[in-house]
Parts: sequence; C-alpha cells; structure tokens
Amino acid sequence: MMNRRFFLKNGLALGCAAAAAPAVSPLRLAAAEGENRLVVIVLRGAMDGLGVFAPWGDRDWAALRPTLGAEPGKGLIDLDGRFGMDARLRPLMPLWRAEEFAVVHAVSTPYREKRSHFDGQDLLETGVAAVGEARDGWLNRAFAHIPGARPTEALAVGREAMLLTTGAAEFRSWAPGERLTLVEDERRLLSRLYGRDPRFARAVAAAGDLSVESADAAESAAAYAARRLSEDVRIAAFSLTGWDTHASQKSALNRCLRDLSESLTTLRDRMGAAWERTLVVAVTEFGRTARENGAKGTDHGTGGAAILAGGAMRGGRVYGDWPGVAEPDLYEGRDLKPTDDVRRTAAWALAAQFGLGREALERDVFPGLDLGARPAWLA
Amino acid sequence: MAISRETMAVRRFGYGFGPGEAGPGDAAGLMADLAEGAAATDRTGAAGRAHFPRLAEFLEMRAGGPEAAMTARQTIGKVIQEEFAREGRARVFRAATSRTPFFDRLSWFWAGHFAVMGKAIPGRAAAGAFEDDAIRPHVAGRFADMLRASTKHPAMLIFLDQNRSSGPESPYGRRARKGLNENLAREIMELHTLGVGAPYTQADVRQFAELLTGLSFDRETGAPRLLRERAEPGAETVLGRSYGGGPPLMSDIDAALDDLAAHPATARHIAFKLARHFVADAPPEPLVAHVEAAFRASGGDLPRVYEALLEHPASWEEGPGKARQPFDYVAATLRAVGPDADEIDGMIALDKAMEPRRRLNVGQALRRLNQIPMLPPGPQGWPEEEEAWITPQGLSARIDWASRVGRAFAARWDPRDLAASSLREALHPDTRFVVEGAAERWEGIALTLASPEFNRR
Repeated sequence: MMNRRFFLKNGLALGCAAAAAPAVSPLRLAAAEGENRLVVIVLRGAMDGLGVFAPWGDRDWAALRPTLGAEPGKGLIDLDGRFGMDARLRPLMPLWRAEEFAVVHAVSTPYREKRSHFDGQDLLETGVAAVGEARDGWLNRAFAHIPGARPTEALAVGREAMLLTTGAAEFRSWAPGERLTLVEDERRLLSRLYGRDPRFARAVAAAGDLSVESADAAESAAAYAARRLSEDVRIAAFSLTGWDTHASQKSALNRCLRDLSESLTTLRDRMGAAWERTLVVAVTEFGRTARENGAKGTDHGTGGAAILAGGAMRGGRVYGDWPGVAEPDLYEGRDLKPTDDVRRTAAWALAAQFGLGREALERDVFPGLDLGARPAWLA
Repeated sequence: MAISRETMAVRRFGYGFGPGEAGPGDAAGLMADLAEGAAATDRTGAAGRAHFPRLAEFLEMRAGGPEAAMTARQTIGKVIQEEFAREGRARVFRAATSRTPFFDRLSWFWAGHFAVMGKAIPGRAAAGAFEDDAIRPHVAGRFADMLRASTKHPAMLIFLDQNRSSGPESPYGRRARKGLNENLAREIMELHTLGVGAPYTQADVRQFAELLTGLSFDRETGAPRLLRERAEPGAETVLGRSYGGGPPLMSDIDAALDDLAAHPATARHIAFKLARHFVADAPPEPLVAHVEAAFRASGGDLPRVYEALLEHPASWEEGPGKARQPFDYVAATLRAVGPDADEIDGMIALDKAMEPRRRLNVGQALRRLNQIPMLPPGPQGWPEEEEAWITPQGLSARIDWASRVGRAFAARWDPRDLAASSLREALHPDTRFVVEGAAERWEGIALTLASPEFNRR
C-alpha cells in the first residue's frame, strides 16, 4: 500500500488559480427542509450607510458632507423623496422597483463607544449584547432550531474563519481558488499522517472532499452560492470587504459598491424561481460619522443601514425610525443615532424563512433581544 | 520521546532546524541571539534612503495631472510594485537563512503588532522600509522608542491616513475647510498600546487625534516633521492628562506616546500578545502576568520582557503548541532543506535561467497561503489562532508547497535524513512510517514538510 503514488502527478492537482477574488472571502453553506432560503452578507469595515443611502430630503444633510454630499442627479438616485441611493448601485434599481430591495435605516448592533472594527464585527457575528459573551456565531446557533438542517455534502474551503457560522453545527465552506484532489489511497495516507492532530485531520478531510465538487475556480462566491442555493442549499453566508473608507471615500467605494450590486444581481439572475423564496440580509459592524472628516472620508460611527433583498419580503421602501441628522439628534453629537437593533432584522429573517420561534430567537440565537413587533417588511 | 529544551528553543522561538544546526540551546542562548541580531542591525535609516526617493518621485510625477498620474503608475509605479514583491520574497529567505532566528521572529512579531499595509503604490513604496527602520532598531530596545518610531514612519502615516488629518481650527484647516481623521489615533490606543478593553473613551481618541494633527514626513528623506499650519491650536487632554497648549511641538506628541507606552493597560496588552504569539493561542494566565510584571518593572525595556517570557516554565511546556503561520512555515521548510546561495538569489530574483522545478516562487506560495508579507488584512495585523490558518484551503496549499519543495530538493535529500535532521525528537512514529514508505524521494520530503509536527512549533 505504501508504494502507491502519494500525490497526483503534477505535484498535486491543486487548483492553480490563486485567490481569484480577494475582496470576497469565505462562503458558508447549509441545507435545510422546505424551499425558503437565507443569504447573510457581512459588509466588513463598516459601510457608510448614511452616505450610501443618503437622507437627501433631510434639511440638515447637505451641511454634514460639504464635499461628499450627494443629491439626486449628482451621484444619488432618489428612492422616495426622502432618501436616495448611491448612483453606483443603479443595477439594483430594477430590484427596487420590483419591491425586491429595501433598506432598514438607522440600525446598529448593541455595540457602543469604542468603535473598534474587530469588536464591532465580533458582536455583529456572535449576536450577543456585549463582547466576550459568546464565541460562536448567531447563524450557527440558529442552525439547531431549523428543521432538517444539515451541512451540505462536501463542499469546500474558506481562506479564513467566519465567526458568524462558527460553532457546534458544522457548516461547510468554499472559496475560489484551491482544490485538493485525492484518490482513495492518498486520502488514507494523509489520514495516517494527520490522524493524531484533530485540527489537521478535519482540515485535510474537508479539503479531500473537494474532489467530488466541480466548482470552477474562477466562479465568484455569489455565483457559486446562487447555483447551490437553486439546488439543495438553503443558507449561505459570505463577506464583502473594504468598507473602511477613512480617506477619499468616493473612489474607495467604487469596488465595494460594485461587489455589492454584482453580488445581489448575480443571486437574482442565477437563482431562477428560488429567488422568490429568498431573503438576503446584508449587515455591517457599525455606521460612520455623520460629518465627513478632513480627508474626504468618514471615521468610525454608530448607526448605519442594513440591506434586504429577495422575493421573500416587501421591498421598494426605506424602513426604519428615522432620527434625523440635526446636531441634537446625532448620537454623541457625531454619529447617526441608532433607533433599532439590527439583530431584530436578522432575527425576523430567521423567523420568516425557517419558522424560528420567539423563544428560540430571544433565548438562544440572540440572547436577551426583545424581538418586538413583526417588521413592516414582512407584510 | 520527550522533546529537549534545545529542540524547543529552535522550534518554538526560531524557524526550526537547518542542516546540522546546533541552535541556541536554552534561554541564555536565545538572549545571546537577540543581542547578536541587535548588534548587526542598521540604525542609519538605510532602508528609508533606498525607498523614499522613489516614493517622492512617484508623488511628484502623479501630481502633474491625470495623464502624468497614469504615466507615473506605469513607470515608477511598476518599479515600486516589482520591488515590493521582490522584497517580500527576500524577507522569506532572510528568515530561512537567519543566524539570529529569535531576533528575526521578534522583528516579525513587532512588525505585525504595528501592522502597516502596503495598499496602494505610495503605501508599497514606504512599507518596505518600515520593519527595517522603525522596528528592528528597537527590537532589543525600549517599547516607547519603537512606538515613537512606528507612529512617525511614513508607512504608518500613509496607511492610517495621518498625512490627511488637519486640525479644523488650524490655519490650513480653516482655509481649506479640512478636518480631523481619527484613524491613527484610534489604532494607536486600541491596537498598539492600551488594547480595546482599556478604559479610554471616544473623547480620548478625538483629543489624541487633535494632538497628532500636523504630524507628517519629509518626502525626500522620510524624516518626521510637524506641519504647524495643520496642527490644531490649544491643549489636548488624553486620559486625563493635558498636552501642548503653546506652539505645536513634536515633544508634546512624544510625551503623549510615552504616557501611552507606560500605561499599565499597555503592559498587559503587550504581555498577552507576546505570550500568545510564542507559546499558545490561549496563553496561561501566570505566564502573561509574569511578562506583564517585567514590562511594568522595567518600564518597557524589551530584553527584560523577553527574558521573563523565556524564564517562565509555561513557555517550555510541551503540548500542541502553535501552528506555524504561513510565512514561518515557508521559511522553516526552506531552512530545513538548505538551499545554497545561488539558489537563493535565483529564487528571490525569479531568475528565468534557473531550472523551473528548482525555481520555487515563495511569493506565489504565500499568496495562496493568504499571508503576503507587508500586506496584513488590516491594522490589527495577522490572526494568531490556528483555526485561521489550518483550514482545508490553507492545508491544501501547504501540502502543495511541501510537494514543490520535495521535487526541487529530491536530489539532495534522503527523506529519512531530512525528517531526522529537521524534526529531531519531535518526529512522530506515524510520520516516520509514511515517510519511510514513500515511493519516491520527493514524496518523502513532501510528507516530512507537510506533517503536523513540521507545521507546529
């Protein structure tokens, strides 16, 4: 047995395409019963919700952003006479008109004060009220309450860990670029080499599973997610990065907004009929300062915006309890004041798509959260 | 077999064994390695002299309008990009062939602590000088001096937008209607000194950002300077202490940095990070407390801090240890097989004259392993936890790299000898079994280098 070729010809048949899409990191997938789908997108770096979905109808808006400010026709598309959308998201207008795209404004996690990305993302993904209260992700904890939920067959690999899906339930992951193709004997040898070290054993087993997956290395995370969501997969999660726009925000957002609109339109275009039963929730760790800073950018803030898309909700509206952006209405005189907990949006998405009950949501998935009334987007 | 202290010193605090390497032996030997590394360090800013003229040339050309900017990117910008990639490869071989591995491991640790990211072309032009000029001269010095040097280095000022922050009430700020950028101030407090759990507030961040206004650098030399035109007038209060108030002075900024360096929260933060980097993802509390005490007692005198780390028994306990990060892993594989000087030159230059099988591309390998030198994911530096690195994808890329090294060095090594010389008593019977059973030499080498014990330290 030992005289078998250990690695495949060519010094291992690993995918040669490295890091096809560095802006898109890991994709996690899971299957479940029923036809409803949920996609969670983490916008890492803190999206400027106030700028991307600008309250141009608010009389205090223009003064906050002397150079970054936008108005309809000038970098902004009017949505409802009060709010506009950055014109670079124009590809999403058909979704808006079809009521398949919505914004929930002035939301945040319970995170306050220090405005650290890392703590902010930690809270966003663990779904608890204070940093350190949990080391697993809310989407993973939700898994236990979803009937028939199971990790999908043999998918893949992620370049980095994603706290949102980390925990007791096993999510399979996929990222563009790498594949380890092994035949049975090779797999046996590798399990002998790695068997005594659980971390390595798990990693190599999952990497070996790739051999049954014919993912195209160049396929984007959204395209791959769309394909699998139209098959057996019911839950997918991935991140879009680069939203930390401290300087030259206008150009810094070019790639981010393109990634966002391409991700959403790709999901819609490639999921076929399944799009009707899909809810996409895009969330970020916090918003950015109401005023622009000295470098045509914005610094870390508090209240921001969440994005909803898909056929499984009533879009075409900007939701949320708008606090205004006059000086006394700002949080600590500098940030958009959060008027709702973004975890409620996520919780109601789980309730709507997978029937999670109030008790499970308030006790296990988002401990201590008050679910409140059914949101208007679920009408 | 129990692992000896000699082997631990090389694996845990260095880059593993090269052929016939004796290693420093024990803690005293590691401290001697530190002193030797420090003595050999350039303190004249040679790296900056090599990098900043190119940066100045690029900035000047770019300022000449859109067309000139395009030309700048295609000419000098291209040179900067290529040099950045070449430097990344050279870093790997500096580690792989280091005569002072502990010093170099510490230098990498600190460069990650004060992470700068060579993002756009100006960032790349400056990043290559950062570790050599701002970090290495202080690795065996005082933390406060390293903090001053890193804060004022052009790579840091560019990366965290400090060069674009102005006091709103400064002459320039009023005239050009420019204002603060909080980025550097926040990350110094959150990441470089106090740590996010420390008792500082948004108001402290804001005040510190105001104090830092005007901090800039000379384009030609990279030397720090204070642009008074941009400095916010008036005193600033950070953590209850007032700074400045008179004309803007660099000494006010230095005083605030020194106070942050001396804050008890900083001692705790640094002690935890050092113990986590060298010993365990979740370091034992007594070890952290011991290192913290040494930091406080010595006023951040780093050799005393490392000494405390090395003298504590928890640092020498066997156990799963740490997973080597990709940079350390690739360096360790090359150190183990021992390329000669010509091969090293060829691999740094990606010399086309070299036989393709032997021309290993460490830059490409690190890209696939998700750890490109000088391109950490953000100001927080590289993740430490093994779950961030030993992923299906990460392990696939390690196995691939190990098999490439195996093919490149198959003619030079009997795999059994390599396993013995690189792993010593850390070699596990299971690994020995599969290595001995390998059908070809390169496979045996690959298995040795892909083994769990080679990936750990």
